[in-house]
Amino acid sequence: MAVRLFDQPFDPWALVQERERRLPLERLGACSVFAGRMRDFNEDEDVRALFLEHYPGMTERELERIVAEAEARWPSITCEVAHRVGAVEPSETLVLVAVWSAHRVAARDACSEILERLKHEAPFWKRERLADGTERWVEENTPGR
Amino acid sequence: MTITVQYFARLREDVGRERDEVAAIGEVQTVGDLWRHLHGDPPVRLMVAVNQAHARLDTPVTDGDEVAFFPPVTGG
Repeated sequence: MAVRLFDQPFDPWALVQERERRLPLERLGACSVFAGRMRDFNEDEDVRALFLEHYPGMTERELERIVAEAEARWPSITCEVAHRVGAVEPSETLVLVAVWSAHRVAARDACSEILERLKHEAPFWKRERLADGTERWVEENTPGR
Repeated sequence: MTITVQYFARLREDVGRERDEVAAIGEVQTVGDLWRHLHGDPPVRLMVAVNQAHARLDTPVTDGDEVAFFPPVTGG
């Protein structure tokens, strides 16, 4: 299991490649990846920057719990999860969920499950800075399914 | 010994501080009791954690616990 928080920009594809160098790829027929980036708009407003608050300690524990529960449900999977914290600018990656498995269904379903649980259970909170300099908290994530 | 209370995001701004230290007293048996003891009626959609694990308003609290209150999470 690999769960990481970054307080600086990270390249999700570099993390995937780095992890793949250490995996038995001849046994892993499928890899499902979700990479989420910061948009420069939200709810009809231009967004210039984001601050991602988290709960040091609990955030890492929650991500590890979510991944561990996915690994218990789909025993064949290998996971890499990364998330930004702190100040973020548009187009920077906020979240990476990558799941490898022997077959496509476990990789795809586990990737989706980990992402949805992360968005609704892991303690992160987004505060947006708008074009006019005002700031607002994002009240709720959009429904995923 | 005390119960440490932390607030995050909008809730921290609403409360006006990051944390409270509360002496463990008889009438504070649960997370909900703790909130009512400090702030009155709990807001809707309040999320809580005890010792860095998700909990509920009826989760018991004891001396030395770390309790956190926060709004719905918005990561990802």
